[in-house]
Amino acid sequence: MNAVPDRVHLRYVVNGEETPVSFAPYKTLLEVLREDLNLTGTKHGCELGECGACAVLVDGVPQLSCLTLALECADRRIETIEGLARGAELHPLQAAFTDFGGSQCGYCTPGVIMTAKALLDRNPNPSKQEIREATAGNLCRCTGYLQITEAVENAAQALRAERK
Amino acid sequence: MNKKRFEVVGRARRRVDGRAKVTGALRFADDLSLPRMLHCKLLRSPHPHALVESIDTAKAEKRPGVHLVLTRKDFPVPFGIMPVSLDEHPLTDHARHVGDPVAAVIAVDEQTANAALEFLQVRFSPLKTISDPVEALQNPEPRIHDYGEQGNIHRNLSYEFGDVDEALAKSDHVFEDLFFYQGNTHLPMEEQATLATVDGDGKLLVSTSTQNPHYLHRQLARVLQMPASKIRVIATPNGGGFGGKCDPANHEMVVAKAALMLGRPVKICLTREEVFYQHRGRHPVLMKLRTGVTKEGKLTGMHLQTLLDGGGYGSHGPASTFYTGVLTPVTYELPRFKFEACRTFTNKPACGPKRGHGTPQPRFGQEVQLDKIAEKLKLDPAELRLGMVNKPDSLTANWLRIGSIGLAQCIREVVARSDWKNRYRKLQYGKGLGLACSSYMCGAGLPIYWNKLPQSGVQLLVDRSGQVTVYCGATEIGQGSDDVLATIVAEVLGIDTDIVRCVTGDTGITPVDLGSYSSRVTVMMGNAAMQAAEKLRLQLADAAAEQLEVRPAGLVFSGGMLLDPGSGRSMDFIEAIQFAEAKFGTLGSVGSYSPPNPPGSYKGAGVGPSVAYSYTACVVEAEVDAKTGWIGVPKIWIAHDIGRTLNPVLATGQVIGSVYMGLSEALMEEQAFRRLPEKLSQALVHRMPSMLEYKSLTALDMPEVDVALVEDPDPNCPFGAKEVGQGPLLPVMPALANAIYDAVGVRIDEIPVTPDKVLKALELKAKGLAPRVGPDHFPSVPYPKPICVDTPAEGGDGKGSRRKEKPRAASAVV
Repeated sequence: MNAVPDRVHLRYVVNGEETPVSFAPYKTLLEVLREDLNLTGTKHGCELGECGACAVLVDGVPQLSCLTLALECADRRIETIEGLARGAELHPLQAAFTDFGGSQCGYCTPGVIMTAKALLDRNPNPSKQEIREATAGNLCRCTGYLQITEAVENAAQALRAERK
Repeated sequence: MNKKRFEVVGRARRRVDGRAKVTGALRFADDLSLPRMLHCKLLRSPHPHALVESIDTAKAEKRPGVHLVLTRKDFPVPFGIMPVSLDEHPLTDHARHVGDPVAAVIAVDEQTANAALEFLQVRFSPLKTISDPVEALQNPEPRIHDYGEQGNIHRNLSYEFGDVDEALAKSDHVFEDLFFYQGNTHLPMEEQATLATVDGDGKLLVSTSTQNPHYLHRQLARVLQMPASKIRVIATPNGGGFGGKCDPANHEMVVAKAALMLGRPVKICLTREEVFYQHRGRHPVLMKLRTGVTKEGKLTGMHLQTLLDGGGYGSHGPASTFYTGVLTPVTYELPRFKFEACRTFTNKPACGPKRGHGTPQPRFGQEVQLDKIAEKLKLDPAELRLGMVNKPDSLTANWLRIGSIGLAQCIREVVARSDWKNRYRKLQYGKGLGLACSSYMCGAGLPIYWNKLPQSGVQLLVDRSGQVTVYCGATEIGQGSDDVLATIVAEVLGIDTDIVRCVTGDTGITPVDLGSYSSRVTVMMGNAAMQAAEKLRLQLADAAAEQLEVRPAGLVFSGGMLLDPGSGRSMDFIEAIQFAEAKFGTLGSVGSYSPPNPPGSYKGAGVGPSVAYSYTACVVEAEVDAKTGWIGVPKIWIAHDIGRTLNPVLATGQVIGSVYMGLSEALMEEQAFRRLPEKLSQALVHRMPSMLEYKSLTALDMPEVDVALVEDPDPNCPFGAKEVGQGPLLPVMPALANAIYDAVGVRIDEIPVTPDKVLKALELKAKGLAPRVGPDHFPSVPYPKPICVDTPAEGGDGKGSRRKEKPRAASAVV
């Protein structure tokens, strides 16, 4: 048996860039992002779809990359935490997460921020409850969640102000 | 210092490491990779207790892509976090719990390593399994370890400060209560990972998710039998610690050894299931409290007995055992105190330090019992507590020095904010309020291994470019350690935190700091940083004053300038550095910190002392559905005596995060085990080694939290700042249990408080029976003869007792 299985060759659109990828076919999207594209900003906390740390956006929808077969993502738009900032400037969600204490150890942060981005993309003015519901699948052991909700509210406000 | 107003301290600021955390740029251990890196997987015991008769590694070694197989024979030297419990081998031939690692495979990738594990042929010889402390006491054989007090008792303590039996006999009332606190685990979001390599300089480099790089450094040197100077440990940013990454761990030793043997980088990342086996979490503790009170509501004495389920290894257990007792007298005036504690080995993953280390359990019992006492004495629970808060600058019965104490103000804050006086005992059936208080150390007074060296060291470098680099062995685990460091240096030097670069947690380049445990960082690292910064400040002031022709002592460091208010002359901070560099040569300073000697000198007096104690009061509002037992918590009020707030964003975050973790423990978290049926080997297995089954609160479950930071600056702490990372967790669990009682009149004397227990208690109440769920029996524990020490108030010398030794009470003998 060959220890290194054959690879497949596909194309993703990662953070807006056409990205050819080559990986072993058994891999999850999480593994391809972290191991083959070196995008280690996306984290793992369970590899079983329980914690939300690996959430990325696939065609704008939050998905648990640990449960997503990388093969199934050919030609899809994939957004990760690395692509969120606007050049050197933080995205309002990123700024709010650190300014309002929504990020402590920072490990769950990429997954929560990407999940929150999907929420704000479809609902620019969510209620607290809507934010809590959207992020309920993202476990965080540090913050107690309240500052995460507060950060998303503040980011939503900043994004709405930008659009005016 | 020549300025009155703080410019950095107390201001809400983005933490210095904030940007990297929100951009994905922060590199955790598993984010690291190196060319030619290999991957490691561990074979873990499927048996809770077994000897490894043999391991045939030949088939696994021949698998394509496999580079190395390691077993017990590769690790002759044991390790452990405490010198008195060096009882672990990186790979064992005596499995003490399901999940104990017995072999390791190092291969080209994780998949190949995993597949090769299947080809290891291990012959286990199962032994009788000890599942809990009662079984451990009843079954001295087979011994889980060949050291300890006797049989399967790991540690056994008894202390008596003043004649407690006499105090209880003279009390108006004596309350006797049993409590149980179930074990639970840290569940950090980041699974532990380690990358080991032989660096370009030929030295071993271990980058790992550890809270305590210094202790790991020492244990690596021990296990690998090589000089510590040839090993460098880098604590990567921890994706949550909570105590779970304090112990040196098997996997760290294994990949270090493999990297040395292969000359290639070797990485391991634990799976979530393996994190549950690594554990080192909250000890399950059974407690018995006998407490005497006067009819006016003053404590006369307390006899506390604890029985700890330690799991399969020593870990921090010797300290944990002490901590189930020693901090009990820190909150209220308690003239006499007797404390007996016993830690047993069982065939479960080892327990160790989790946020609050050993103290949440007795605090739960103490604070629920106080609620019962208040009811019996017809006193308001807040007034009862306010009437007996410890005095500042006093000594407790067990010789702990209380310095500043803001507990009374904390109680008043939560009472006022929750409208306690109008709502407690006055809400409709099903709704209730509960109050509880607590205290925690600001750093353990003594290090884990005996030495007289500083517990924290800080080195500061500045140069003509104006950059300020501060080096310290302290570890950023998410709590804001780096931000505390930058804040203190910036405040002293009158600069912004954004020109301070923190280099931390690296035994190769940073001065020793003992690590992120026991809430020691703010005070110990902070005091060391303050000392270093003040030394540098003197040099800068000296050089600048010479140029400005003013007195150095009159210079104010503010806003990136050095100002002489008298003359109005000033100089830029960078200019001052350049003049100082010209005058003194290359600039740098060091600071270090050692806590004062403990006031007591009896054997064991070293556990519990701290240079300062933080205090917390909490009110929980609970709603109970009497039909289902379902518990809702709409709001929590919490006031924490922090001394001084360094960065309100982080301090508030620590308080709310503690409330979250405390409430999650109070309501649902359980590291519980079950026996498989006989036909399936009767093994003792973890009931829920996954995040889905190990329940914890989500964003949808969190109540509103009202936080009050009570500032009473402590003179022994940097800018007066005390700890905030652990203390605020402690009152939440008893406050919740007390709120349940206010809501529906039932006592749940154990943690977690779950709907089924509430329902059971309500059923008992409906039948006219005692409306209580909790332990009803405390087993006979062969506690040793107590070490008697006279209390400070009774003229003690802190060493021993003038009292004649009493014969052992019959009840204390098995």
